[in-house]
Amino acid sequence: MVTLTIDRREVQAEEGATILEVAKESNIYIPSLCHNEGVIPYGACRLCLVEIMRNGRQRLVASCLYPVEEGLVVKINSERVINNRKMIIELLLARCPDSEVIQDLAKQLGVKKTTFKVEEDNRKCILCALCARVCEEVVGVSAISLVNRGVDRQLATPFYEPSVVCIGCGSCAYVCPTGAIEMEDVGDTRVVSMPHVKMEFKLKKCKTCGHYWAPESQLDYIAKKWNLAPEVFDNCPNCRD
Amino acid sequence: MTSLGSPDELETLRKSIIKSRDPNKPCITICGGTGCHSFGSEKVVAAFRQEIKTQKLGAKIDVRTTGCHGFCERGPLVVINPKNIFYQRVNAADVPEIITETIVNGNTVDRLLYIDPGTAEKITHEHEVPFYKKQKRLVFGNNGNIAPTVIEDYLAVGGYAALSKVLFKMSPEAVIEEVKKSGLRGRGGGGFPTGIKWQSCRKAEGDTKYIICNCDEGDPGAFMDRSLMEGNPHSVLEGMIIGAYAIGAHQGYIYVRNEYPLAVRNAQIAIKQAEEHGLLGENILGSGFDFNIRISRGGGAFVCGESTALMASLEGKVGEPRAKYVHTVEKGLWDKPTNLNNVETWANVPLIINEGADWYAKIGTPKSKGTKIFSLTGKINNTGLVEVPMGMTLREIIYDIGGGIPGGKKFKAVQTGGPSGGCIPESSLNLPVDFDELAKVGSMMGSGGMIVMDENTCMVDIARYFIAFLEGESCGKCVPCREGLKRMQQILTDISEGRGKNGDVELLERLSAAIIDSSLCALGSTAPNPVLSTIRYFRDEYEAHIKDKRCPAGVCKELITYRIIDEKCPGCGLCVKACPQEAITLVQKKKPVVLDQDKCIKCGACYDVCELGAIEVK
Repeated sequence: MVTLTIDRREVQAEEGATILEVAKESNIYIPSLCHNEGVIPYGACRLCLVEIMRNGRQRLVASCLYPVEEGLVVKINSERVINNRKMIIELLLARCPDSEVIQDLAKQLGVKKTTFKVEEDNRKCILCALCARVCEEVVGVSAISLVNRGVDRQLATPFYEPSVVCIGCGSCAYVCPTGAIEMEDVGDTRVVSMPHVKMEFKLKKCKTCGHYWAPESQLDYIAKKWNLAPEVFDNCPNCRD
Repeated sequence: MTSLGSPDELETLRKSIIKSRDPNKPCITICGGTGCHSFGSEKVVAAFRQEIKTQKLGAKIDVRTTGCHGFCERGPLVVINPKNIFYQRVNAADVPEIITETIVNGNTVDRLLYIDPGTAEKITHEHEVPFYKKQKRLVFGNNGNIAPTVIEDYLAVGGYAALSKVLFKMSPEAVIEEVKKSGLRGRGGGGFPTGIKWQSCRKAEGDTKYIICNCDEGDPGAFMDRSLMEGNPHSVLEGMIIGAYAIGAHQGYIYVRNEYPLAVRNAQIAIKQAEEHGLLGENILGSGFDFNIRISRGGGAFVCGESTALMASLEGKVGEPRAKYVHTVEKGLWDKPTNLNNVETWANVPLIINEGADWYAKIGTPKSKGTKIFSLTGKINNTGLVEVPMGMTLREIIYDIGGGIPGGKKFKAVQTGGPSGGCIPESSLNLPVDFDELAKVGSMMGSGGMIVMDENTCMVDIARYFIAFLEGESCGKCVPCREGLKRMQQILTDISEGRGKNGDVELLERLSAAIIDSSLCALGSTAPNPVLSTIRYFRDEYEAHIKDKRCPAGVCKELITYRIIDEKCPGCGLCVKACPQEAITLVQKKKPVVLDQDKCIKCGACYDVCELGAIEVK
């Protein structure tokens, strides 16, 4: 265990934990968008920047990545941190004018509007890759990924076409921090809408209650992966013994 | 070739190579570096071989294609040793005369000699050429003496003696101490003390450790690492093997961009030769130390020069950086302790071992030791590679070695350190060049690029150019770099196209501060340097663009007009022919021409062709 100070509060933490994890456990709020405890930290959105004091030197670090250490002094809302966070949120506001999450974060920081030209063709995606990371690291399918470099970077399926490996599980929509990926079940069909592609999946009907409850492709994937008999999924979770 | 099994066998081989070579036998060395190669040096080499055959002089003359000599501006370069006669801009057609006159009759071919623009004197010897005179070519010097694909040449100049010394007379700790004592700092840009990096990697936990040579030089206008790898690959290998021994690594990688085909080829050949000679591979020189090197070719992304992105790329992943809160010397390639240095850093190592840390530490400034290779490009008379001791002033490098600015134009700024370096103005020309001094004026050493700009350069346009480069090369992973550079580029484009607003400069400064502070890697955290340094030293130019909608240097097309000065125009019609838009008409013979502003696309073709100064840009 190590002892560190976050905003004048002394906190005990496991060695190897990140500042963000420790803060969360101690109910200390640090804003972040690209972090999700289910996947490996990535450090892309930079909103979780904090100022640390180490060996008499102050510097900014991404709290989602920085491992805590004995005697570390962390400032979450120093002037330097706030100035940087404000500029980042201004940049994101210009990029994603339609995202409510970003609008709320801006409000929180006292940023009323962005100085920069508002983007026309992208409205919500911040390219944090959380969707692609979950798809690879958790689901194990890698149906989507980031393509191109730099300002041309995009979230996409291969060739911008409906993916042939996507199982329609909707994890991407679930983790997307800005609502850029939407998922809706209409009748016997699930529709997943991403910035550049829309995909449809046939849903399985529950033998007992008749409810359409999960994409057939997802159930096939699970059955195959865990070597289960296909009948296991004849009934929805509510109608199973 | 049988493998060398001991230091004695290495020395015996070295002696026999030296003995077999007559120091008085004429040796024609032709620069085969990429610069001279594109000037046609291959044809010159073929012509020499043919002429020697024709004149039946094969036994009396050696011909050697070497690496880059540095004076790229005057290529193809030919040096005839042992007399050190220096011929420049040599064509295949000049070859018979060189053989007959210089080799057979012992005379110089005057028209091929270099003329000192300062004194108008013809200079016979390479070492007397002003471009070379002030240089201290410790690392780069052998480029001109050896054929990079002939290991015997490297052995003849003392090659692998440092390795032999290290393996049999020094402990790994002693090697690290020596490198620490020398004061060598990383030549790739960061300037981190090499010995301390090695020590951290040696101390890092783990049995498997890696060594990497970073040859992913991507700065526009920089080519020192390429030229070293092309011209003297064995010196890089020797440095790497010594480093591996000191750190305790058994596998090394050379990450070299695929756009450097000659560097890739020469490194491959050198590795094979070193392996065949028992200088690389298992049980090196019979010492029991094993070390292998493999080449990994990069796809050309600038960001892959960043160490963590490079390692990701080496692992076969997308070349994107990661945070270095856990250093790569502890967790690098495949999460193993990894020591990465750049080409020039590795090439300095044998020198330090051979000559000693004390000797090395005497060269340079208190905190930056040794020499540094710079690539001098831009508006400079002597384009090329120069190696100077740390601490030489910018003025000496640009004027004494670089020969000043062409066309009698005025110096305006020099950008050091590659695209993310800063632009240094005339008032700082007396700055001694080292890691810390460059940082103080808002620039950096970087890998050693030096782009000289004259009075006709617009500093807003320059900032826009470099930000455009960096925006294109940003990997796009983190928000401040990806989004921030895009916005910076938009603001700079607006300013240079006449849409600049009050407050834009302040916004650029605010944006710069955030990009520097919050970006994930060094690409982002240094990217605003060209903007900040041009604002710092040339703020008036920004203001002229924004407030007066005027480009003082006459570069930004939207803000300039070309005009015919009637009093000076004799109506010769040269500009009429040059204009691609038919915007200029010769209304009457021997009367001033007329320029139609509506048709003019401001390409400047008329301006370039008019020798009478009858066209002005405002």
